[in-house]
Amino acid sequence: MAFNHKHILGIEQMSAEDITLILDTAESFKDVSLRSIKKVPTLRGKTVINVFFEASTRTRTSFEIAGKRLSADTVNISASTSAVVKGETLEDTAKNLEAMKPDIIVMRHSCSGAPHYLAERCDFSVINAGDGAHEHPSQALLDLLTIRQKKGHIEGLTVAIIGDITHSRVARSNVYALNKLGAEVRLCGPGTMLPPGIERLGAQVFDRIDDAVSGADVVMMLRIQQERQGKTMLPSLREYSMFYGLTPDRMKLAKPDAIVMHPGPMNRGVEISSAVADGPQNVILDQVENGVAVRMALLYLVSGGEKLEDSAQ
Amino acid sequence: MGKSETIILDEAAISRALTRIAHEILEHNQGTDNVALVGIRTGGDHLALRLQSRLQDIEGVTVPLGTVDITMYRDDLASRGSLPVGKTDIPFPVDGKRIILVDDVLFTGRTIRAAMDALMDIGRPRNIQLAVLVDRGHRELPIRPDFVGRNVPTAASEQVMVRFDDQLRPVEVCLSKP
Repeated sequence: MAFNHKHILGIEQMSAEDITLILDTAESFKDVSLRSIKKVPTLRGKTVINVFFEASTRTRTSFEIAGKRLSADTVNISASTSAVVKGETLEDTAKNLEAMKPDIIVMRHSCSGAPHYLAERCDFSVINAGDGAHEHPSQALLDLLTIRQKKGHIEGLTVAIIGDITHSRVARSNVYALNKLGAEVRLCGPGTMLPPGIERLGAQVFDRIDDAVSGADVVMMLRIQQERQGKTMLPSLREYSMFYGLTPDRMKLAKPDAIVMHPGPMNRGVEISSAVADGPQNVILDQVENGVAVRMALLYLVSGGEKLEDSAQ
Repeated sequence: MGKSETIILDEAAISRALTRIAHEILEHNQGTDNVALVGIRTGGDHLALRLQSRLQDIEGVTVPLGTVDITMYRDDLASRGSLPVGKTDIPFPVDGKRIILVDDVLFTGRTIRAAMDALMDIGRPRNIQLAVLVDRGHRELPIRPDFVGRNVPTAASEQVMVRFDDQLRPVEVCLSKP
């Protein structure tokens, strides 16, 4: 099957076949990271610019390592070092970047839709590394790869996603991706963190964590985004932890072989206890490891996407 | 206008060619000491498996067998798009080994160059030898096979295909003219 997307803007636009192809490609690229020489010449001569208008360590580093392992030239730009702080518009920034002839721009932005805006106006490929509260496709794909590796399949699994659903682009992308591959998704959080109508995305909604976790194959905890919380959302972190924190006792409600996931960074003692975060069921570092492989796959696949679209015409 | 096809090697001829290549490998390397087979996906890997079986029949030794996928090492991403990436599986240390790289058809030599690059990234073999079922010429790189099943002079526009059955046994080699 051919991959004919020039951009990776979200999971919503992808088919189940696209997702499976990305996961299969990532499996092959994962082997590269396990060798003593962790580099292949696949994207030699390509230029990848990571433009991060929001703080990020994990995703930016993961994309940078992915680009370097494929022999691409990678450049990082963060908000504090960009001309945005001097008042430049996103479009002007994009046009200036385009003039430097990059092949791929990896972009994180606090505004939902910013990568789409860029993709419509510029010639290079755009990969969304998280836009506002909209989507975080590479995170959802690495989550799916981790689930597939641990469970052997995705179809038929029950996945509970717990936490601040309102602000979570990770949750949104995961709902789309898991639905497309045939998993049952449960969303759970305090009423103030569950946007009205979220069930229309194709998930069951729970307000009690015990109900959401019961019988689940996968428990995915989300970070309480303290920087985005208004005072009305949470009475206190302690209360949140009591009602929605994942503890060893609550994990006993899930299936015995259930896995625990977290996109990081974790607030230990808030959404997840240290006993669970460090326990035998956690696959959190597997997610980070798979992140590099998934991002290598995305960089590789979009590099050929334009040609395939051309040849299909 | 349809293509015309000619069978240039049938199953028996392929079998004889593989047996001869196996003998030549043993003679050239004075046995199987440190010899390992690595087939290039897809086609070369099936032939490498057959050669392993021939070497086992002749010498009574099972030489290590691996598979290399060269998609990550191709130099034509810009013109051909992102092809599906397969798995490289070399379950033995490459360092110090005499690697017999196996492919079905040798044409420009670019696939072999990519496979050698891939092997060198995995380890440092003592040497790399090349076994191919068909050498059809038209080299674009200075690459020469050590073991050849059949030399077939071709035009650049023609195609040479090795066909395999459901059990991945080679059944015929066809020359297709446009």
